[in-house]
Amino acid sequence: MAENVEIIKRASLWRDAWKRLLRNKLAVFGMVVLAVMVVAVIIGPAIIRWTTGFTADYVPSQIEQGDLVRSFSPSLQHPMGTDDAGRDILARVLQGGRISLMVGIISTLVSLIVGVSWGAIAGYLGGRIDNLMMRIVDIIYAIPYILIVIVLLSVFGGPNTPAIIIWLSEKFGGAGNQGLSQIFLLFFALGLVSWLTMARVVRGQILSLKNQEFVLAAKATGVSSFGIIFRHLVPNALGPVIVYATLTVPSVMLTEAFLSFLGLGVQAPYASWGSLAADGIKNIQIFPWQLIFPGVTMALTLFSLNFLGDGLRDALDPQTRKF
Amino acid sequence: MLSFIIRRLLIIIPMALLVVTVTWGLIRLAPGNFYSDEKKLPPAIEENIRKKYGLDKPWYQQYGIMMFNIVKLDFGDSLKHQGETVNDIVRRHLPYSATIGFFAYLVALIVGLTAGIIAALRQNSRFDYGSMATAMLGLSVPGFVLGPILVLIFALGLYWLPPARWGGISNLILPVLTLSAVYMAYIARLTRAGMLEVMGSDYIRTARAKGLDEKTVLLKHALRGGIIPVVSFTGPALAGLLAGTVVVEKIFAIPGLGNIFIQSVFNRDEPLILGIVAFLSILIMIFNLVVDISYGFLDPRIRYE
Repeated sequence: MAENVEIIKRASLWRDAWKRLLRNKLAVFGMVVLAVMVVAVIIGPAIIRWTTGFTADYVPSQIEQGDLVRSFSPSLQHPMGTDDAGRDILARVLQGGRISLMVGIISTLVSLIVGVSWGAIAGYLGGRIDNLMMRIVDIIYAIPYILIVIVLLSVFGGPNTPAIIIWLSEKFGGAGNQGLSQIFLLFFALGLVSWLTMARVVRGQILSLKNQEFVLAAKATGVSSFGIIFRHLVPNALGPVIVYATLTVPSVMLTEAFLSFLGLGVQAPYASWGSLAADGIKNIQIFPWQLIFPGVTMALTLFSLNFLGDGLRDALDPQTRKF
Repeated sequence: MLSFIIRRLLIIIPMALLVVTVTWGLIRLAPGNFYSDEKKLPPAIEENIRKKYGLDKPWYQQYGIMMFNIVKLDFGDSLKHQGETVNDIVRRHLPYSATIGFFAYLVALIVGLTAGIIAALRQNSRFDYGSMATAMLGLSVPGFVLGPILVLIFALGLYWLPPARWGGISNLILPVLTLSAVYMAYIARLTRAGMLEVMGSDYIRTARAKGLDEKTVLLKHALRGGIIPVVSFTGPALAGLLAGTVVVEKIFAIPGLGNIFIQSVFNRDEPLILGIVAFLSILIMIFNLVVDISYGFLDPRIRYE
């Protein structure tokens, strides 16, 4: 009996996929880089403060007030140099990485929840409702997302910030943190403009699943539509959803960086890789390291995420399994 | 085929009007107004402004008047660019964006297709790994990091090319390269995947069995099916490129439509926003139609009634 259980376990889809993933060198490279990046971002700022005394917004005291040039090139003391206020860029990159990685996680979660529900409901109900829901997706596609983000930020900004966003930002940064709650609002807004493709992917999956016997069996035993969609259909469509979610992470991080480049994204005193790189562009001619280090850190992370996403697709997608 | 095209062209009109309607609703949803960023106006003046721009009428009348004018393709005057109609502004700034967008896509297409085909034919070779890793790098480096780095090397370091602004052909090279990087990467990946799938299919085996030489099999049979994913990608990508890309226009100080659009959103210049959104959505739908028609030529199994 115990042996049988063992065999069934080995044959499971997830275990198979995991093995295939580990055989893919580039995907493993991506996972390792990401793991290092996450650990560095979590404990890095504390280590720097402990060894050198620098923090993300610490301006060294030997810089006199009125001293014009505060940007120092990379040195042992400042491995990535300093920015034009004299702050250590390594500390800022690590601190900014927290925001950038949180953008990736939270915005993707929001887009996952909206996109999966939308696509699954449209696909399962079918007919007119499906048609209407997918036309809505088409129309939102045609509207430049930057307009939607700006409207969302201005409608729900300031005193109108939804309670859940204030609650979340207080969980992370303590009470009464206006700046942080605006950043969380940005995370949600980014999620709310990036669920469209996810909805299409999920709808396609549900369409091909909903006429199978197990759905009929669930209906026969009296499971509600809600139960069929979220307990029977969605778990079966999880493979493509995971793959697409992994590819959404780098794309929302790029979007956040783009918004920061326009001055719409993360505002001072907070920073993200995108806003650090955008600050660096101003001084590219004289202090190129101010762009290059945040930019390269971000590119490396996106590179790893893309490789991991590709690897996951190869591992989870039965269509490509024959190659 | 002809009735299919006519039907699709007719659908574009209501779809574009719907897009304009939703955009208008979004702009009106946001608090504030196009004159509200300036200092607080005396009530009498504010009333006059509202009257001049028809904002004193109920919202459905304002909507009706706007839609009536838009159907006549009259988007009105810009609220911030004094004395210029929206149509003039689009007409003046579009050529800059369209030139850069067109050349960027051309470069991306040539390099991407070549790299993708060679990578697929020599699957798992050094060229395959190298070009796919380069493509991944192209997808991972944001344009506003790549652009300044190219400027740093080729303009400020080597003095080969001008760093910014509109001018001769030498001014085009850096923005076109920056813009094409992402598309090049996408096209190379799509081509490789499409070619790999087609090369394993039955009709290629048939073509080989007939005794066709490898060159004919590749160019006349495999390529047509293999580039279908690239063609579907081209529609929306090209429409977006021609209408301007904000990052490149900002970095290289090019007066294109993308920058104008971002400014209009910041200024809440409603007629200009609606004009550009309508133009962009029509462009995307027309390009998608062209893509759908070209499927029929590429894949004989696809027919339109």
